Amino acid sequence: MQDKSVIRLKIIRVIFLSLMITLVGRLFFLQISTGENFVKASQRNAFREIYTPPVRGLILDQVGRPVVSNKSTLVVSVNTRILENTEDKGASVITRLSQTLQISEIYIRDRLTPCGTKGAKRPPICWSGSLFQPIPIAKDVSRLVALEIMEQRTLFPGVSAELIAVRDIPRPFDVNMAHIIGYVGPVTDVEIEKQKQEGISADDIGLQNNDSIGRSGVERFYDSYLRGKPGVKVMAVDKAANIKGVVSETDPESGKYVVLNVDAKLQSLVEEQLSAAIDRARSKNYVGESGAAVVVDVKNGNILAMATYPSYDPRIWLGGITNEQFELLSNPKNGIPLISRATQGLFVPASIYKVITTAAAAENGFDLNAIYQCPPQMEIGTRVFRNYESIGFGPITLQRAIEVSCDTVFYDIANTLWLRDGGLNPIDKPVDAVENMSFAFGLGSKTGIDLPEEVRGRVGGRIFKRNFWDKNHEVWCERAEKGYPEVEAVDPERAKMLQKFATENCTEGMRFRAGDAVNISIGQGDTVVTPLQMAMAYAAIANGGTVYEPRVVKAIMNADGSVAEKIEPKVKNKLPISNETLKYIQKSLETTTISGTGAPPFVGFPLSRIPVATKTGTGEVLGKQSTSWFASYAPANNPQYAVVLMVAQGGTGSGTSAPSVRRIYEELFGIRGSTIDPATSILEGGAPTSKLPTIRTDGLPDYPEIDELLNPTSSPSPTPTSGTTR
Amino acid sequence: MTYWSSETPKAPSRNRFNDSFFIGYDWVLITSALILSIIGSILVYSASKQRLIDAGINADFYLQRHIFNIIVGIVLALIVSRFSFRTARAYAIIIYAAAVIGLILVLVPGIGKSQGGAQAWIALPGGFTFQPSEFTKVALITLLAMVLTERRESELVPDDRDVLFGLALAGVPALLVLLQNDFGTVIIIGATLLSVLIVSGVKLRWIYGSISAVILAGFVASQLNFIKDYQLKRLATFIDPTLDPLGAGYNTLQARIAIGSGGWFGQGLFSGPQTQGKYVPAQRTDFIFTVAGEELGFFGSTLIIFLIAMILYRITKIAMNAPDRFGRLAAAGVAGWFAIQSFENIGMNLGIMPVTGVPLPFVSYGGSSMFVSWMALGLIVAIGREIDDRVTPLIR
Repeated sequence: MQDKSVIRLKIIRVIFLSLMITLVGRLFFLQISTGENFVKASQRNAFREIYTPPVRGLILDQVGRPVVSNKSTLVVSVNTRILENTEDKGASVITRLSQTLQISEIYIRDRLTPCGTKGAKRPPICWSGSLFQPIPIAKDVSRLVALEIMEQRTLFPGVSAELIAVRDIPRPFDVNMAHIIGYVGPVTDVEIEKQKQEGISADDIGLQNNDSIGRSGVERFYDSYLRGKPGVKVMAVDKAANIKGVVSETDPESGKYVVLNVDAKLQSLVEEQLSAAIDRARSKNYVGESGAAVVVDVKNGNILAMATYPSYDPRIWLGGITNEQFELLSNPKNGIPLISRATQGLFVPASIYKVITTAAAAENGFDLNAIYQCPPQMEIGTRVFRNYESIGFGPITLQRAIEVSCDTVFYDIANTLWLRDGGLNPIDKPVDAVENMSFAFGLGSKTGIDLPEEVRGRVGGRIFKRNFWDKNHEVWCERAEKGYPEVEAVDPERAKMLQKFATENCTEGMRFRAGDAVNISIGQGDTVVTPLQMAMAYAAIANGGTVYEPRVVKAIMNADGSVAEKIEPKVKNKLPISNETLKYIQKSLETTTISGTGAPPFVGFPLSRIPVATKTGTGEVLGKQSTSWFASYAPANNPQYAVVLMVAQGGTGSGTSAPSVRRIYEELFGIRGSTIDPATSILEGGAPTSKLPTIRTDGLPDYPEIDELLNPTSSPSPTPTSGTTR
Repeated sequence: MTYWSSETPKAPSRNRFNDSFFIGYDWVLITSALILSIIGSILVYSASKQRLIDAGINADFYLQRHIFNIIVGIVLALIVSRFSFRTARAYAIIIYAAAVIGLILVLVPGIGKSQGGAQAWIALPGGFTFQPSEFTKVALITLLAMVLTERRESELVPDDRDVLFGLALAGVPALLVLLQNDFGTVIIIGATLLSVLIVSGVKLRWIYGSISAVILAGFVASQLNFIKDYQLKRLATFIDPTLDPLGAGYNTLQARIAIGSGGWFGQGLFSGPQTQGKYVPAQRTDFIFTVAGEELGFFGSTLIIFLIAMILYRITKIAMNAPDRFGRLAAAGVAGWFAIQSFENIGMNLGIMPVTGVPLPFVSYGGSSMFVSWMALGLIVAIGREIDDRVTPLIR
């Protein structure tokens, strides 16, 4: 049996050696096959990175005036790693800081507690950044206090006072433009997490805790340019996180400058004139709840000014907004000032829409030289549709119909077009001329403006009716069957009427009826638009048929003054109308100012030298006062600007809005009474410039009023030297 | 001329050590262990250098102690090798009794000292510690080899009574080690005894039975919470070290990072970021292999495994040719011990075995392990010496 023992020995020898080969195999797998990953892990382990936030780029107006800049503030920071090494773990330092800075010890301790640890307060009070980074505990510290701290280093170990750049909003000419510039806010954990999951490119450092990012407006849309790149200091550390030395250090890269098409001086005027229109409405006992005004360069779609009412002081965001303040900005009782009426407000366009119906008619067989009937009222189907204030003008041209804004002419056109499409039993492929022309003018879709917030509005045509019915018919049909018992208890008459509507909507709601067609032809009914959409539509009429995407920003510049990127105009659509039709509409709008609804506000305006094309609109909204619109462009013979201004619940277009538009044109062209001096134009050089501002060597832009501002008699800016200590 | 002619011609020799004193020594075996110890010294120095400097102590503090341990180990091996291996058989009972007493002393408060969750050390004067569980391995090998061959030398295969008696005797120290929470050593002891059993020629049912018993015991132990929480955690994180990257999975993860970043040739001696950055815990003892992995790369690490394989090959060869059955079983036991302990240690470094506190023979820092490994090697050399018929042992 000796052999059995030897055989077994041989077997276990093979087993032992197999175990060793297994180890070599595993070693190969770890070191050769998957080694790459471990090398990376090893590097992560041994290094810590400290980020120096970059200075955010400036936002300049079209001639270089800073509308958003930075200012220095003294910030006191505490390095907890040094504090922990003091005898009492920093207790006495915190006490002294509390006395010197006049803030509570509890607050300082809360600030120094890393988020997520036991007893930590919620962000932003707790510290969410790296523990290697000094934690700011007080800002806007006076220079005296900062000096006191820095001169007594032994009493304040680990404490430093530094100048850091924070956002500032200079508001030249008292300009507001809160909705254009937007605001910045601290980055959230969710965004950092999302970034981690999506991954960032190798040369990008990405968002860090405590970074600020654009939350709205240009600050948000152009955030990637404005943000810059943080400086990174890579330090070798051991397992116990002791710093062993600096491996590499890169300086932060300042954010780029964003140059707007908006002119601060013009913007200020437009804001003022919008406000004046609101006041005018209120003086005539209208609510004047909200409004918007847009000035656009018709040649390229550049936004020269865009105002909204109500607005708010953009400085409210500086240093963080309180909950109460935010509540005020988003409260419907205050008109939700956060919403920009120009891009997010939806209004019935009313008569300024008639140019679109005219274009649709002309392109669908209606003779531009024919005579049309303008009775005071018209019966279509079973309903009677009236003219504004039930005035009739008899037989007139289409041009005259536009001038006097005769509704019944357009009713008839719309009804004819609707009947051609088959009426209540539509043909296979209805032309839907008015509806499709609206889409071509950019209604019902986003304008594509370079701002993050925008709504698309809707065109109340056949498509809308169908979609709306699809969404709602179940509710309607249920109501048609069951009625409104909750209303019946209070008002049985009303309940009966509501049930009748529900029944009608349930069975007929999907149909595009004559009444719908007639209503949208004069800009009423289900069609709603933003003031910006109408401005772009009128700019398209002015420039010969090109619908541009509006652009708030002209260019991106580097801090050294070189051009990083020019924002080129972008064509959204070409109007599908003949040159003849276009010329006809242009002529009609021009004569409206001379002998139509646009004439009264322009009495005394030098129209012979600077002709203005205008159209008034007075929208009817069920249960509310009328919407005042005034759409225009000028000079009508060589268009440069399109101006649209509206006031919700503001009365008539010519009475409320038009005088403000006139004032804007007077300032744009330098009109003083009957004299015209382009040199006195509100725009530098008398016209929007494509030139970019020059950036001086100190990183500040050169702009027209800089000498006045740097006048030694004005308040001196503190020179940040004595406070910078390390 | 007459002066020269009166000289006696020298006996022919195979090599210069083959003079009487070193006849029959297995030089391949000895050299392999020696190279392992030298590599170990370098690795211990690399693993401890930065930690010592940071603590303000001489960088070669542990290196000096380690070399001292190696020298003591070699001297012990030399002494053991001069005796006949049959002496061990004669003293087996005494060695066994001493080991058991040592294991009991460890559990006595005031004498025993705990480290890394295990109560396994006896504190000695002068800051030295002593780990009886290491000596238990040698004690059990000699005892079991003796029991399985003692009474029935002529019958060759031990009967059931012998096996039961041997296992009962082995059970006592195994249980004591388990009480120290030294789970790793229990596994090594189990595997070692299994090797002795297999080679002794016992019926297969004993082998299957033993393997089943080990698995069952492990299951019962985990069910009765006999395995401590930290051991379960280690097992859980062994499967997925990222479960708890800063707690129980930390060792495993850092070890894998260190080894994984070594590549073919390593980051260079004394310049591995993981090692010099002090990221790997227990690196000069249980995780010494990570230093080789990171700084010497695939080739250096494979060299260590190759040397261990060479030692295993030579020991099993001696076992096959052993002059008697006691010698064969003892050699098989030592082979099993070295094999399983090396596999467990390197395996946990590589993340394919759970983390238990067992050192790598001849390489890891630690006196007890070093002494016992070299003494066992001395015993194997002594067995191998007597294969050579020219050898006359000093003591029979």
